[in-house]
Amino acid sequence: MAKQLMKDPLNLIISGVAGQGNVLIAMVIGNALVENGYQVMFGQTFGSNQRGGSVRNYIRISNETKYSPIIPQGHGDIILGMEPIETMRMLKEFGNPNVMTVVNPRAIMSIDSRGGTTEYPDIDKLLADIEKLSSKTWVINATEEAQKMGNPILANVILAGGLIGANILPLEKNSFESLLQERFPKAFEINFKALNRGIELAKS
Amino acid sequence: MPDIDIDAPGKSLLLMGNEAIARGALEAGIGFASSYPGTPSSEILPAIAGVAKKRNIYAQWAVNETVALESAAGAALAGIRSLASMKQNGVQVAIDFLGTLPLRPAGSGLVLVSCDDPEGRNSGSGEMDTRPVAKWLDIPLLEPGDMQEAKDMTKWLFDVSEELDIVCMLRCVSKISHSRGNVVLGELPGIEHKAYFDIKKPARIGSPIGMHMQLLQKIEKARERFESAPFNRYVGPDKPELLIITCGASWLHSQEAVKAMELTDRVGILKLGTLYPLPEKLCESYLGKSRNILVVEEIAPFIERSIMELTANLPALEPRPIFYGKRSGHIKSYGELNPDVVIEAISKIMGVSYQSRDSDYDKQFESAPENYSVTRTGGICPGCSHKAAHWAIKEALKRDGREGFETSDIGCYTNGLGPDGFYVAKTLYCMGGGAGVANGLGNLGQFGFNQPVLAATGDSTFFHAVMPSLVNGVYNQSNFILVVLDNSATSMTGFQPHPGTGQNAMGESAPIVSIEAVCRSLGVRVEVCDPYDIEKTTDILADLMAMESGVRVIIMKRECELLRARRDGPSYKVHVDAALCLGEACVYDNVCRTWHCTALLWNKEEDHAWIDPVICAGCGVCADICPQGAIIKEAVV
Repeated sequence: MAKQLMKDPLNLIISGVAGQGNVLIAMVIGNALVENGYQVMFGQTFGSNQRGGSVRNYIRISNETKYSPIIPQGHGDIILGMEPIETMRMLKEFGNPNVMTVVNPRAIMSIDSRGGTTEYPDIDKLLADIEKLSSKTWVINATEEAQKMGNPILANVILAGGLIGANILPLEKNSFESLLQERFPKAFEINFKALNRGIELAKS
Repeated sequence: MPDIDIDAPGKSLLLMGNEAIARGALEAGIGFASSYPGTPSSEILPAIAGVAKKRNIYAQWAVNETVALESAAGAALAGIRSLASMKQNGVQVAIDFLGTLPLRPAGSGLVLVSCDDPEGRNSGSGEMDTRPVAKWLDIPLLEPGDMQEAKDMTKWLFDVSEELDIVCMLRCVSKISHSRGNVVLGELPGIEHKAYFDIKKPARIGSPIGMHMQLLQKIEKARERFESAPFNRYVGPDKPELLIITCGASWLHSQEAVKAMELTDRVGILKLGTLYPLPEKLCESYLGKSRNILVVEEIAPFIERSIMELTANLPALEPRPIFYGKRSGHIKSYGELNPDVVIEAISKIMGVSYQSRDSDYDKQFESAPENYSVTRTGGICPGCSHKAAHWAIKEALKRDGREGFETSDIGCYTNGLGPDGFYVAKTLYCMGGGAGVANGLGNLGQFGFNQPVLAATGDSTFFHAVMPSLVNGVYNQSNFILVVLDNSATSMTGFQPHPGTGQNAMGESAPIVSIEAVCRSLGVRVEVCDPYDIEKTTDILADLMAMESGVRVIIMKRECELLRARRDGPSYKVHVDAALCLGEACVYDNVCRTWHCTALLWNKEEDHAWIDPVICAGCGVCADICPQGAIIKEAVV
């Protein structure tokens, strides 16, 4: 019933900063995958804070069995990075010559980088290195687009659209629609618009 | 995502381990559930409470874990299947009651779920293993190895509990409780329950020796039952070169490690689901299969020691096994495990090399700038009233000048220990520990101690464990200031209601227990303020410190900004007027840069502060701390 995967397990990482809505979008993706007949194991690592810490979601997709909720080092297949330095962090741990990356170039300062102990790296160099470390990269200006649409929180749905537009997940747009409707009954329209914007941006 | 009570046997749903436990409890036909919020257990009770009315269940947030467990035990006495769920530390809170519970008949199915947090990432105060508690107190114990088992075991455990008439325990680790996986649903039973306590039965306690003897008999019965439990299984060749014995999330890591190393025909895995009492016959049948035995488990060497104990009683066992695990140093004794830890252990034992990725790829990181690994320490959320509160505490302590300090407690305000709370807090123990140690520090006047002591507590923690310390302080005339950081929610664990919020677990309105009224009833001085008003808060604190006699209470009341903003949107639009900002030359020592808000940033090129509108929550407090008036807040209408 579920389509053959380009690799089994297919390992998707969604990383970002607490407060960006990355767990929520990972849940929508995870649910869509289960509805499409896949075996999914979806693990998370985050701190005790509601905002500001690093968050990573590991989604293991398989036709056969359940895998560990943590991806082994160097075994990432797709990275959805909602913040550039968090994306680099994931490449360092889970990257390999075949990894594909969708990245939001908008930096979010950490308490450490803004407090002066470390300086946030130069964004252009960081993005260039992310591209060098990935077999394919889609840079999606999700925060900027979300701000244009009226609310920066929409960046997560735009990035999910980016994943669909890049055509690297075994999911079609329509499997997202009903889940978005379920999750955002009152704000479905704007989220649907955000999803489409992400798809467009990945294709352009 | 769908409610956990969907009536669709055979359907596969993506469920979090905690939701799977809740579903298992529904499939077991529970009528009562009680808990206190604590990560990683927090999602179990809300999942049940969310469908409580439809399923004719009573669900409650108790004030603490002892009461949660006692309530569930009470309901079970009247024939209602009951669940109590809590984090590791909660089990320790409940231990006095728990010590007496297995010695007595449960009445009906009674299951305690304990969620442990290897790495202590989520609960912060430590990483403790609750499995030894089950062995210590003689409580049958199971641990799920995935989300499906989390559901199935919970249901099964209710049957065992009822059959043996004893409380049973399910231990879960973060990576099962908080991970999500496919769960195939089972049938839901009817929702009729009849509660009745039979007063004609003899009293439910006997002599300690008699009760103990009975308990040990029950444990032997449980052992027999566990020998054929569906949760223990073996995968691998008949004569493995290495036998891994494992449980919980480590089972998933172990399987993955063996697969990644392409050793499935050389390494066998015995996965245990019933951990206490150990199914000895089953274990014995696998112990002789391999000379090399590696035990993979999180936190304590619990299975490792149980298996060694068993082996000591099997003198005829041939070959004599060599044990690898925590004792040998092959598996770390602290922190969370993952597939790579297991890969490394196997690699060392078997001499098999393993490369996680292309070495050329690795080399690319060697020349990477150092700041590519810039850390992201979690801190207080932008807009949090605890930051404003701690700024005021810092200012008041400075004004007082006697090296006063804060004793912290468990909650978001634990950040008082770090840069976000300006390092004013110096101690951290358990729930209620802050006010507890303040009691001791506050009675040292005869030894010349005159440093002001401020005991911090949240509103939920106040009800959980601070009330006895407060009464103790009043009675024993201890000198400390109780700072109640009242944000009207249990925010760190996900905004659960508590006795002060006017709402119960099932979303109904509930009587409000006023912290202020409780404190006033003790006859102490009580001040109430809004911590966003830093100046006034600082003045009150300084005045309370000068008073220096007995317990004084300050309640800093301000609803959690995340909750408030979710409902009402931001209060202010805040920006920096670059023309007014003095930049590095600031005569006020760049006070805004010590405010440590992740939204208040510095533009180095143009030499001024700026506010990231994507992160700013719009509390507007930073506008009040800039003496130059360069931070502008405009009310959002």
